[in-house]
Amino acid sequence: MITEIIFAVGFIILAPFIGALIGGMDRKVTARMQGRVGPPVLQPLYDVFKLFEKEKAVVRNEVNFYIFSYLIFVVFTGALFFSGSDILLVIFALTLAHAFLILGAYATTSPYSHIGAERELLQLMAVEPMLILAAAGFYMATGSFAVKDIALWPEPLFMTIPLLFVGIVFVLTIKLRKSPFDLATSHHAHQELVKGLTTEFAGPTLGMVEIAHLYETVFFLGLVWLFFASMPWVGLLVVIVVYFLEILIDNTTTRVRWQVMLRSAWLVALVAGAINLGVLALL
Amino acid sequence: MELLVFLILFPALAALVFCILPNGRLRDTIVVLVSAIIIAVTLYLFVMFAGAGTVYFDIESGMISQIMTGLEIIISAGLLYLAAKYRQYLIAGLVVVQLGVVLYAESLIQETAALNNLFIDPFSIIMAMIIGIIGSLICVYSVGYMRDYHTHHADMPDKRRWFFALLFVFLAAMFGVVFSNNLFWLFFFWEVTTLCSFLLIGYNWGDEQTRKNAFWALLLNLVGGLGFACTFAWIGLTDPSGGLIMMDTLLAAGPAVAMIPAALIGFAGLTKAAQMPFSSWLVGAMIAPTPVSALLHSSTMVKAGVYVIVRFAPIYNVTMVGYLISLVGGVTFLLASGIAISQSNAKKVLAYSTIANLGLVVACAGIGSYAAVWAAILLIVFHAIAKSLLFLSVGTVEHKIGSRDIEDMTGLLGRMPKVAVMMIIGIAGMFLAPFGMLISKWAALVAFLDAPYGFILVLLLAFGSAVTVFFWTKWLGKLIEVAWKPEPLEVKISNHEYGALVPLTVLMVAVCIGFPLLSSYLVVPYVFGIYGMTATLGQANMIIMVMMVFMVLVMPLTLLHFRKDRKILPRYVGGRPATSDMHFKGSIGVQRPVALGNYYLANYFGEQRLSHIGNGVCIAFIALMLAGILLGVIA
Amino acid sequence: MSYITKSPWIIHYDGSSCNGCDIEVLACLTPLYDLERFGIVNTGNPKHADVFLVTGGINAQSEAVVKNTYEQMPDPKVVVAVGICACTGGVFRECYNIIGGVDKVIPVDVYVPGCAARPESIIDGVVRALGILEEKRAKMAEKGGK
Ligand code: SF4
Repeated sequence: MITEIIFAVGFIILAPFIGALIGGMDRKVTARMQGRVGPPVLQPLYDVFKLFEKEKAVVRNEVNFYIFSYLIFVVFTGALFFSGSDILLVIFALTLAHAFLILGAYATTSPYSHIGAERELLQLMAVEPMLILAAAGFYMATGSFAVKDIALWPEPLFMTIPLLFVGIVFVLTIKLRKSPFDLATSHHAHQELVKGLTTEFAGPTLGMVEIAHLYETVFFLGLVWLFFASMPWVGLLVVIVVYFLEILIDNTTTRVRWQVMLRSAWLVALVAGAINLGVLALL
Repeated sequence: MELLVFLILFPALAALVFCILPNGRLRDTIVVLVSAIIIAVTLYLFVMFAGAGTVYFDIESGMISQIMTGLEIIISAGLLYLAAKYRQYLIAGLVVVQLGVVLYAESLIQETAALNNLFIDPFSIIMAMIIGIIGSLICVYSVGYMRDYHTHHADMPDKRRWFFALLFVFLAAMFGVVFSNNLFWLFFFWEVTTLCSFLLIGYNWGDEQTRKNAFWALLLNLVGGLGFACTFAWIGLTDPSGGLIMMDTLLAAGPAVAMIPAALIGFAGLTKAAQMPFSSWLVGAMIAPTPVSALLHSSTMVKAGVYVIVRFAPIYNVTMVGYLISLVGGVTFLLASGIAISQSNAKKVLAYSTIANLGLVVACAGIGSYAAVWAAILLIVFHAIAKSLLFLSVGTVEHKIGSRDIEDMTGLLGRMPKVAVMMIIGIAGMFLAPFGMLISKWAALVAFLDAPYGFILVLLLAFGSAVTVFFWTKWLGKLIEVAWKPEPLEVKISNHEYGALVPLTVLMVAVCIGFPLLSSYLVVPYVFGIYGMTATLGQANMIIMVMMVFMVLVMPLTLLHFRKDRKILPRYVGGRPATSDMHFKGSIGVQRPVALGNYYLANYFGEQRLSHIGNGVCIAFIALMLAGILLGVIA
Repeated sequence: MSYITKSPWIIHYDGSSCNGCDIEVLACLTPLYDLERFGIVNTGNPKHADVFLVTGGINAQSEAVVKNTYEQMPDPKVVVAVGICACTGGVFRECYNIIGGVDKVIPVDVYVPGCAARPESIIDGVVRALGILEEKRAKMAEKGGK
């Protein structure tokens, strides 16, 4: 119990900094790929701090409630995950968190946010099956839903559920809001939706969204790592490679329409899930 | 025993009274009174029998069975008359065949001194509470709603006496279904629910479409009824002593004996629970006044369908028949959820979501393992409460804003804050963690994973629940999209409507918080009684769930903080100045309103397209199942 | 310590310009000049922005938009008028539809002259604006602290 709490608290305290470092590296590498110098590595942190220096301005007061709930539940999701709880609950908590984010965008009653919210919903719908199937795969491989048991499994789960790993890496692009799947809102400047989902969030409200994103990044990379948990260092290497791949994809692709996103994500989930779970079930 | 008989007879007798009473205050008061009595008795029933396990009651069946047969003949005659009058020959044929099969079977079975005709066990208690409490609340709600309904439809003949009588007969029949151990009795009540639903759907009889939908519902349910009737023929032919006519004996006989009746009754259950390919009757039933929909969807009718399937779940466990039933449920869950995306009519969304959720229950029951049954029962409970709440709030909103379209509910939170909050609670209860349905979904997933070949169901569930999130969230979004503070519309909602909405909301929250109790006092004893083991949420998970419920409940308090000293900025409309009620200055200086519509993706999730697929696939599964049985019979 | 100078986000509006300055602003983002070195991001969204770059003069059509965009930006915020058109109306000054420079509509903090303004001077202007931004922030914090 105590170790679990330590892990959870550790996540809550450290994740934003780790997330910011990852984000900073991301921007640095992106800049290098484009032949630029890029911002300092700690830039994501500066951004967040700046946002909290800004005026508390909103479109509607209620919006902050939804966004704050989003932040809290993202943190909760990550804390559950890193304290080794039930992975299905983790996924459901994450869905709840995102529902709050989407509701926050709806609550602004602004056209750009509205379309952003709808697209975020599409993204949610695209990703959800893969996450649930991955959880199912973990269970079939280890006989437990508890992240703790999965992490302590003596063999790398990648060996038993490789296709699910591929599927998770695929939807990671959607979850990290990377091109070509950054439909709802994007880190890149100037797009047809202004800033989509986040268009109406200013100052500290946006700051909360950014922090949540830092937590989320760490959580998702943790999920990737889980496939290699028995070999922690190899896992770390895989995480780095995967993230580098994401940056590469981000910089070399253009945004697709939602149909392509939904179809491809579902197809990957279906194929990966059906084959991998099927093989596990029949063996 | 008196309690059980009382619950069956009292609403039926009350119905007689309502046939006579004219519209007016007296009738309204009596409706409320009768409902209150039913609720009270149901609660008393709970207190009396909650810890008692399974209790059987001896009732001399001879006389009663004859009365039932007599009533069945009368009902059939009535249906024949209607069918002939409106040239529904298929229905006429089904009625005749069904009656023939039943009478033939009765002649085969020598009426032994059948005992134990009534019984009660924890599952019956749960169902009785759903029927008694939710059903009665819907009746109370109807008082206010139907008054409005007839002011809105002034040209319609006012048949409210008939309406209230039918509501209570419906409740009586449902009590009969869940308390009967004698399958003949169960079948009788089963047919009464079919009849009641037919008449209630056809309430606005003068309307052509209404009649058509009512007959369609009747037709499909008669098909199911025929399947049920065949059970008796089978029992009559294999075991003329009539011992198997008792559900407990049949269930105890195990799959080797009971497979065929279980499959037939499962088939009947699929029709009544509106699974694909039979789902269209429930969608058509939306044409009825909203309380009828609420009743059909939450506490009666479809619940009778899943009730029998869950009853026979132990027989289905690890069998081909069970697996096929599961697949029908699973496919229905996925596709009906998908169709719900493409609907903007609130009642239709609710209808498809009901079909989908019942699909999940059926999928669990078909798997039939202890964990699956545990999940199925919880699903039934949560669904009943959330769905009735949603239907009733949609009904109220419809009367106030004059539309049942979700697009017209934009910013409802501003216009009708109280009702909107209830609706939001209902919707959250349908799909969000940590509320009820999600717990059940979690349990269902675990159950599927442990079942042989369950991974296909896991796939269906994974995609289905993703789809569910989509259409519920966008509805929620519409409700909270408040552009400005408009005139409140809530002033004239009748006390009767509040009288049902408020308790249902409280119930919803209470069940979400108190579900561990529900599980350990009712569901677990039932499941344990059958399987000797049971599923529960692990303690750690329980704590997490409770934590989440607590967080969600506390979160709104932060509004107090976020209300303070914020600067309100105008919304961004491409840099054009926009007013606070979202009109912007368009070209040549014309003010235009901003119109925000949701995605319905009709080209991808269209009703036609998906229901064709679903019907085809499910017909194949059912045909396979029936063929399997036929082979079994021949062999 | 203040972070606003380390992460100034920009919104860029092109008024009644010949698009010469507009292109120069975008040139600042290219690898040669790389505005992002300073943590500057071109957001395109007033609610996220700290610095408002306007190019071109203001005409009857763009007046409302500039005002509205300015209004939407949360404090503290600065306005940089880029190019001589934005400063004064420039060569279009006498046109029937031109109201004048940006400062006719909203308060301008930094003027970047040039036709077109060179990227170096634009960057210079933005960096100058950061000082003003910091001042404004300090003032705001003081007021909030009271
Ligand atoms: S200053 Fe010169 S380059 Fe810039 S907008 Fe005006 S005319 Fe064009």
